[in-house]
Amino acid sequence: MSTLQSLDIAARSATTVQPPVARRNVTEVAKLIDVSSCIGCKACQVACMQWNDLRDEVGTNVGQYDNPSDLTPQSWTVMRFAEVQMKQPDESTRLEWLIRKDGCMHCEDPGCLKACPAPGAIVKYSNGIVDFISENCIGCGYCITGCPFDIPRISAVDNRAYKCSLCSDRVAVGMEPACAKVCPTGAIRFGSKDDMLEFGAGRVAELNERGYANAAVYDPPGVGGTHVVYVLQHGDQPGLYNDLPADPTISPLVSLWKGAAKPLAVAGIIGAAIAGFFHYMKVGPIEADEDDGEAPPDARRRNAGNPGGDRDTPRGG
Amino acid sequence: MARLIRRYDDGTRINHWVVALLFLGAGLSGLALFHPLFWPFTGLFGGGQWTRILHPFIGLAMVIGFVVLFFQVVRDNFWNRGDTEWLRRSPRLVGAGREDELPPVAKYNAGQKGVFWLFTLCLLVLLVSGFFFWEPWFASAVPILVRRIAVVLHAIAGFLLVLGVIIHVYAAIWVKGSMRAMTRGTVTPAWARRHHPLWYREVSGRPAGDAPER
Repeated sequence: MSTLQSLDIAARSATTVQPPVARRNVTEVAKLIDVSSCIGCKACQVACMQWNDLRDEVGTNVGQYDNPSDLTPQSWTVMRFAEVQMKQPDESTRLEWLIRKDGCMHCEDPGCLKACPAPGAIVKYSNGIVDFISENCIGCGYCITGCPFDIPRISAVDNRAYKCSLCSDRVAVGMEPACAKVCPTGAIRFGSKDDMLEFGAGRVAELNERGYANAAVYDPPGVGGTHVVYVLQHGDQPGLYNDLPADPTISPLVSLWKGAAKPLAVAGIIGAAIAGFFHYMKVGPIEADEDDGEAPPDARRRNAGNPGGDRDTPRGG
Repeated sequence: MARLIRRYDDGTRINHWVVALLFLGAGLSGLALFHPLFWPFTGLFGGGQWTRILHPFIGLAMVIGFVVLFFQVVRDNFWNRGDTEWLRRSPRLVGAGREDELPPVAKYNAGQKGVFWLFTLCLLVLLVSGFFFWEPWFASAVPILVRRIAVVLHAIAGFLLVLGVIIHVYAAIWVKGSMRAMTRGTVTPAWARRHHPLWYREVSGRPAGDAPER
């Protein structure tokens, strides 16, 4: 959103040194989305539009309740509706409507930040929020390549990437995100990550009592945990919730590209140039003697046997 | 000085330098997007957004120029048995400057041919992989996994291309008299006899003497 904020930066894209971390006693925050309490009213989408001044194009009905049908640069959160037939213990099936509020998960180890080539275009604040600093964004789309959840979207208007900021501007001044404030059922909560995990554990216990034996909090360790966590009725099958990844991690390809490859390639390039310099100093240039064509063979042999020998001979320009 | 021998006509030279300058643009902008160490290069292109916009177009122009260059020089770059032997013995040349211990060379030695084919392969990979994550024109139509594979291949090919160019430029500095082949189009007969005796015989109709035989 903007660099004019009061949150401390814990990690910064395309930056190889440690950002300032003197003020480190910042509580990590999290948003908890209890899918089992969501009624799909989309008030969170409206509140997001209102607070962030976003107005998406009016789209078309694609035969489902999702509206819009995907995240866009103007729609930073979308309710994804899934109708699933869940098998019951008595072998019958029951229709369940699983409604997941999709948007940035605010990974502790953000793939977008790792992939971003523009210094300071993506930051992770010390409270855990991952934010796009749009004026530094160059529109390359590497964040999309790096994200394990397919969240960022590039605007065709200004060629910059956008996603949920977890209302970092509100959080910076002690308010909760707009979606959490507006949620009528309390399905969206906001607080310290510890509190949210504790609340989530309580919800899981309640769901267990109600027959959802596999209910769980979704806080995937593959990305170091997330600062948006779900309570899922069927925590053993995240894929039911519109393909929520079961074990998201930063792709090994992205890790290679933005990890080992960077220092190795730089060392290789600079090393090759330095090696060339010293090779010249050690072996010296290879020069063709202008007279060798006319000289007798034995003279040429001597010359060839001592390739550096003619270097001391003064030569015309 | 004896009569100079023509090595490159005007068209090949101009095209070579067009490709070289475009490589400079594509290379600097590409490095800027690869590692923050090179991020200041974006200033040469008018900032990060402009670097992102220009890089693919410069790269594409470079590939188009190289395709022409490819057909200008490919017939002298086919690999033969002598090249394998030359490469086997090349450590003596690189380590001690003992070119006389290597088999006689035609228009290009095995090292030059290797660089040529390295450039060809790298540019082919860069061209194809680049389209898969070219924002805003093509990337959005490409599955994310394919984009991830493409960026890795693009980075590897770009790295090898830069390494190849460093070798290419260094060799031109190292072997005196080579640079004028590409700046003026001519070389001295002694240069041709010493470094490319078979080519010398071909263009001059005279044997190159005994220099490379041993």
